[in-house]
Amino acid sequence: MSDSTPALSTRALVAGFGGTEVLKEITLSVSPRQITALIGPSGCGKSTLLRCFNRMNDHLAGFFHRGQVKVGERDVYDTGWALEELRFQVGMVFQKPNPFPMSIRENVLFGPSIAGETDPATLDEVLERSLRGAQLWDEVKDRVSDSALQLSGGQQQRLCIARALASSPATLLLDEPASALDPIATAKLEETLASLAAEVTILLVTHNLQQAGRIAHRTAFLYLGELIEEGETTQLFTNPRQRLTEEYITGRFG
Amino acid sequence: MSGLRSWLADGVAQRWLSAAAIMLSLGMIGGLVVVVVVISGAAFWPRPLVEFTLADGNRVLGEETEREPDTATAGRIRTRIKVANREVLGADFRWVPDTEVVARRLPADAWLLERREYGAFHGFPVALSVETGSVAAGDPAFPSTLGTAMARARALLAEERQLLRRVDRLHAPVAALERKITAAERRGRDVTTLRERRDAVAAHEQAELGGVLEKLPAIRERLSRESLLMRTTDGVEKSVPISAIVRAMPVNALSTSQKLSVYASRWSEFLFDEPRESNTEGGIFPAIFGTALMVMLMTIVVVPLGVVTAVYLNEYARDTFFTRAVRLALANLAGVPSIVFGAFGLAFFVWTLGGALDRLFFADVLPNPTFGTGGILWASLTLALLTVPVVVVATEEGLQAVPQAVRDGARALGATRWQTLRRVVLPYASPGILTGAILAVARGAGEVAPLMLTGVVKLAPALAVDLQPPFLHLDRKFMHLGFHIYDVGFQSPNVEAAKAMVYVTVLVLLVLVVALNLTAIALRTRLRRRLRSAAV
Repeated sequence: MSDSTPALSTRALVAGFGGTEVLKEITLSVSPRQITALIGPSGCGKSTLLRCFNRMNDHLAGFFHRGQVKVGERDVYDTGWALEELRFQVGMVFQKPNPFPMSIRENVLFGPSIAGETDPATLDEVLERSLRGAQLWDEVKDRVSDSALQLSGGQQQRLCIARALASSPATLLLDEPASALDPIATAKLEETLASLAAEVTILLVTHNLQQAGRIAHRTAFLYLGELIEEGETTQLFTNPRQRLTEEYITGRFG
Repeated sequence: MSGLRSWLADGVAQRWLSAAAIMLSLGMIGGLVVVVVVISGAAFWPRPLVEFTLADGNRVLGEETEREPDTATAGRIRTRIKVANREVLGADFRWVPDTEVVARRLPADAWLLERREYGAFHGFPVALSVETGSVAAGDPAFPSTLGTAMARARALLAEERQLLRRVDRLHAPVAALERKITAAERRGRDVTTLRERRDAVAAHEQAELGGVLEKLPAIRERLSRESLLMRTTDGVEKSVPISAIVRAMPVNALSTSQKLSVYASRWSEFLFDEPRESNTEGGIFPAIFGTALMVMLMTIVVVPLGVVTAVYLNEYARDTFFTRAVRLALANLAGVPSIVFGAFGLAFFVWTLGGALDRLFFADVLPNPTFGTGGILWASLTLALLTVPVVVVATEEGLQAVPQAVRDGARALGATRWQTLRRVVLPYASPGILTGAILAVARGAGEVAPLMLTGVVKLAPALAVDLQPPFLHLDRKFMHLGFHIYDVGFQSPNVEAAKAMVYVTVLVLLVLVVALNLTAIALRTRLRRRLRSAAV
């Protein structure tokens, strides 16, 4: 994949549930190894768009879509591409931390172990690399056999990032990952994401405009299922091209 | 009116009402436990032998068991005395009105003999006749000589039992060949070679058997030679074979520590020995073992069955008329009287399945049934059916408690539906599953009615697990504590004598159920601790 190929892209994507179109003709490209933030008021379709890239919407009743969704150069609905394989490529972190009721180690190695990896040396290596990537290694390296449920909320969320990293995905989808965290844990999480962006493409849904301003290289603004504007974060925040964008970021609605 | 309404709104009445309801329930449970513990705790304590001299000159020697107002004559108190000596007096108990008692004393030389047959014997020892000669009761060597004689008799009895078991083992190959011959003859096949083999094996058996059998008369002769001559308080003399004595003691002369050792030895006999005297004496080990094994087999069957059902209903099936009908049927199943399950178990498991198994695999012993009759397997399966609704409901609750976020998390990591279920959802729901197992055990361990139709018997000393291959004999009938209580307490020819046994058996059953429950609860607590989240 050359640098010019977008890591994630959609073309004329229409998607929704039952008879309601949630996304209307979205065409978006996400550059590789950068943080792209999706912003917009509640119900504008940010999460639905995010979940199109790893097909998590498919599990919801009545989901339909038209148009194209690509990860790299490959269509996510490519029949030769198993759902599970796609999800090894595109990791996801949810709004609320959702550690499994197992040890820290088992949590992180969940992906590799369901993929059939059994070599202890490889697993140890993956464990350390993932926890280091999520900046959690120093905090838990002496207690990786303890239950993951004993970690604090911020640690749990970084554990979820480590868990997603364990499958070596090229892309991470994050759905408001800091909304359940306190400011200190949020700061730590943002630092983690910023450091990860050197290697992984990150698509981040956030309600927090300051957060987008702080860490996102590019920002996309969605409103009522339409992509209003997409561009460099600094440019979008200081000099928006669309009036709607300006009104949203200056807090006139949303 | 408004006063009443405000009083009700205040909640005072409701609070009192619920408190009263709880007190009533606790009181009933506590009362039951106290009665059972007190009576069974005292059941095995050696009680003094009291000698009453009556107005008509007769004497009675026995244990005072209870006192109550005489219903026949107002104002008179009577005492129930356990007189024992069944073969002499005809009955174990006798009522003596206080007005007829002239004298009451505790004779220090009165002895209590617990025997293998005819119950206890109360009386005064006269003389002991052993291989080395005769020892009078007054002789200082009498107690020790009696002790060694009893030990000798126990050893001889054990030897006899071993010899008889050897006879059985020696005969087994011949018996197996005979069965084959019968089966082959029925099918009209040629049995000459089988007969020849049978004869050869039988000849070999005879040669071995001769050596074994000639030892038996000598043992029996030695056993019959030693006896203890006793005199009842009425002066009747009675010779008791030493081999028939389980325990002998001068009860009134025992020190507290000696009484304690008798108490302990009676408890250990009760817990670890087989019953005697149509279950009214001896131990209940086969019943404890049968109950525990049956409950375990039931759990092994019911938990997977219930969990699979709940997983299908909750994870795979869509909410349709069919699944709702299944849920309703399951809920109703929990209300079906257990005897109906027993009848179903008898008809389906025993007759249909067991009969088919017999025709397929045990045709050579027919018409004697192997699986076509009640047995521990069929009883466990019947109880598993009875308890499956409990497990399904509890497991469904456990599955519904698994957060969607956790399921999504596993799916987003590339887990298939099955991997998500097996690695995340089921571990998460395991406390619910264990709750179901606990409830099933509690219900199954106390159930008696269906077992009476599917394999419980009053006496089955052959345990379902032993050292004979295949080690676990699922076709065997078994004893059960609940049925034992019914049988000993209400069906025995000597209900009054067995009363203490009933209480102690109830205690053991309660302890067993509580122990099984506690094990499961401890397991669940450990799992819950692992699942409890410290954060958010």
